[in-house]
Amino acid sequence: MSKFTRRGLIKTGATVGAGLAMPTFITSPLAAYTNAPTGGSVTLGFNVPQSGPYADEGADELRAYKLAVEHLNGGGDGGMMNTFSSKSLTGNGILGKKVEYVTGDTQTKSDAARASAKSMIEKDNAVMITGGSSSGVAIAVQGLCQEAGVIFMAGLTHSNDTTGKDKKANGFRHFFNGYMSAAALAPVLEARYGKDRNAYHLTADYTWGWTQQESIAAATEAKGWNTVNNVLTPLATTDFSSYVAPVLNSGADILVLNHYGGNMINSLTSAVQFGLRDKIVNGKNFEIVVPLYSRLMARGAGENVKGIFGSTNWHWSLSDEGSKAFVKSFGTKYGFPPSQAAHTTYVQTLLYADACERSGTFNPCGVSEALEGFKFDGMGNGPTEYRAEDHQCFKDVLVVKGKENPTSEFDVLEVVEITPRGQVEYPADHPMFAGGALGKCNPGA
Amino acid sequence: MDAILLQILNGLDKGSAYALIALGLTLIFGTLGVVNFAHGALFMLGAFCAVSLQKLMSVSKITIDPSQLDFLGKPLKVKTPYVVEWFGPKFGNAIIDWNVPLAIIVAIPVMLLVGYVMERGLIKHFYKRPHADQILVTFGLAIVIQELVKANFGANPIPTPAPDQFVGSYNVGALIGLDASYPYWRLIYFAFSATIISSVFAFLRFTTFGMVVRAGMADRETVGLLGINIDRRFTIMFGIAAAVAGLAGVMYTPINSPNYHMGMDFLVLSFVVVVVGGMGSLPGAVLAGFLLGVLESFASMNEVKGFFEMLYLPSIDQIIIYLVAIIVLLTRPRGLMGKAGVMEE
Repeated sequence: MSKFTRRGLIKTGATVGAGLAMPTFITSPLAAYTNAPTGGSVTLGFNVPQSGPYADEGADELRAYKLAVEHLNGGGDGGMMNTFSSKSLTGNGILGKKVEYVTGDTQTKSDAARASAKSMIEKDNAVMITGGSSSGVAIAVQGLCQEAGVIFMAGLTHSNDTTGKDKKANGFRHFFNGYMSAAALAPVLEARYGKDRNAYHLTADYTWGWTQQESIAAATEAKGWNTVNNVLTPLATTDFSSYVAPVLNSGADILVLNHYGGNMINSLTSAVQFGLRDKIVNGKNFEIVVPLYSRLMARGAGENVKGIFGSTNWHWSLSDEGSKAFVKSFGTKYGFPPSQAAHTTYVQTLLYADACERSGTFNPCGVSEALEGFKFDGMGNGPTEYRAEDHQCFKDVLVVKGKENPTSEFDVLEVVEITPRGQVEYPADHPMFAGGALGKCNPGA
Repeated sequence: MDAILLQILNGLDKGSAYALIALGLTLIFGTLGVVNFAHGALFMLGAFCAVSLQKLMSVSKITIDPSQLDFLGKPLKVKTPYVVEWFGPKFGNAIIDWNVPLAIIVAIPVMLLVGYVMERGLIKHFYKRPHADQILVTFGLAIVIQELVKANFGANPIPTPAPDQFVGSYNVGALIGLDASYPYWRLIYFAFSATIISSVFAFLRFTTFGMVVRAGMADRETVGLLGINIDRRFTIMFGIAAAVAGLAGVMYTPINSPNYHMGMDFLVLSFVVVVVGGMGSLPGAVLAGFLLGVLESFASMNEVKGFFEMLYLPSIDQIIIYLVAIIVLLTRPRGLMGKAGVMEE
């Protein structure tokens, strides 16, 4: 006689159904995630521009990544591992596994960056992707990592959107953003140039330019400035003369260049050639502002950057112990000081490794939990916190200006003010960052 | 009025670069029948002649100054250019400062040689091949050249300033009762371009060599039958076209810091200029260069952009050149000054 009963069937069905319906993170042990390392090593994916207009920044990022790997594996002098407030990293790789890496070329193009990240995840089994020298690229790769179930530690990306409307649970940004630049710069600009100013904006026509312009316009208008005009310039523009010429007759006495990289070099050069800095408008000296500076790029503008204010995430001349340790390591290995791009990528690598150590896993959800709300120091920016709500790091911001009397080819910028974190902080639901949801971490697999 | 005058000057200035590159392209197409997509790379190579000379002049003697420290806290290595060491600070620094004009002297033989080698070594093998093959091989060559430059000079733009005497701007508007200052070097660039263009035309018009070349452009076979080595003359014309592009590049360096990609930035626009001017027409290339330069400048004026936005044509500054090209090709398929029979078979 069969023991198969209706009650038994219901019981069995309920048990199986409950099992299938149970969330993956309960049914699976923490090891069930994309590219869980199985041997004695773990692979990280460094996705940087190795060709295209930002290749020099990409090269500096790659140098920093290699230095970080060397330090994580116990080589070199340890760099910032010695000054990092967390003491989980011992030079024994990550969780006892030797750190290896693969590299990809983003070409500063979103589609190419996604393709190289995908290849590193699927073919090379990279458990974490990091890099980028453009917000468009960072946002595209961050989305891919979220879908694939790996952590994305953003490199140089300054658009508000990266941790605003396009934020993702698997993505983390150490670099500052447009809002922070504006919040730090506006009081300095007010103090130097006064309240009653008319600003003309030239803005790169893509996500970073838009959010940078919105931020700096709002911050300066709050200080009494008037925004005369905002002209969007195509990213491919090389000769800015036709955009600069109208500034002369616009009644503006300030030109804000929301440009980065080659655009910044060319627009600033045009503005200086047209004699804007020699003009007196409305009874005031005409001034130029570059909200986001990069030392590597500023070198390209030569003499034209002298005396021009901007902001930066980090500078090699800082005298805190973390910065000194990093500059020493990097400078000894490569013969020149690191850029802010190198700094943020080096720090991101150590922060990821530290989070793995503290959580005891490479599982993106465990790593994410360890990074959210993590407070640390000794990494060159003073006390810093990875805010849980949007995965944005909050720390002091540097206001810099082009140095009048540089002593070397690296001595292009001087730090004018270190703006405290409290002054550049904003609520997670600030309107400039609204529109997206962090969502839930995705372990993939 | 001030703004209009400035945009006319801007347009003539942009047009100068377009016209110089398009002139070289047309010379090559008219003589050898080759569509040379590596011409932008020649413009870039010219610019890097100036960069190379600047680097050469910056080769320095290094002395240790214990009173100053470098970024690692070690005694600073002070660099003194050998040019300054040999000629003294005043004359030595003046030589370095005049790098760009001096680079013209260097660029002429270098670019003639580059052109000669390019034509003899590669292009001549493609004379009888379809235009598509020529485009592919020259485009590939352009990529190789720019990657070589990037590998040696990096991806970032390299500042190559004009001599101190030409920094700043001149109030051109004051001549006609307006207030419109325009950078000295851009005015020089325009004058330089006008001189080069006139010289090329005069060379072709008033010299025996030029007459033979023009005859060869009209009927290569007949000129060859007269016992004239037209191929050799065409090779020299290729070198001259390369030199024109190179000189345009040298003089452009103070306007925008050169980088490895600058040739590609100009290439597509210059081809549009050639097509609008009429394939094979030298005056057409020059006319179209200046015309499109001026139109592009006016299209980037806020008032013009605003007007076209009302007509649901946003970003007119980005498409104006292509829009004009479409209109010209629809109404005059041979271009503004194109001749019958060119690329029409």
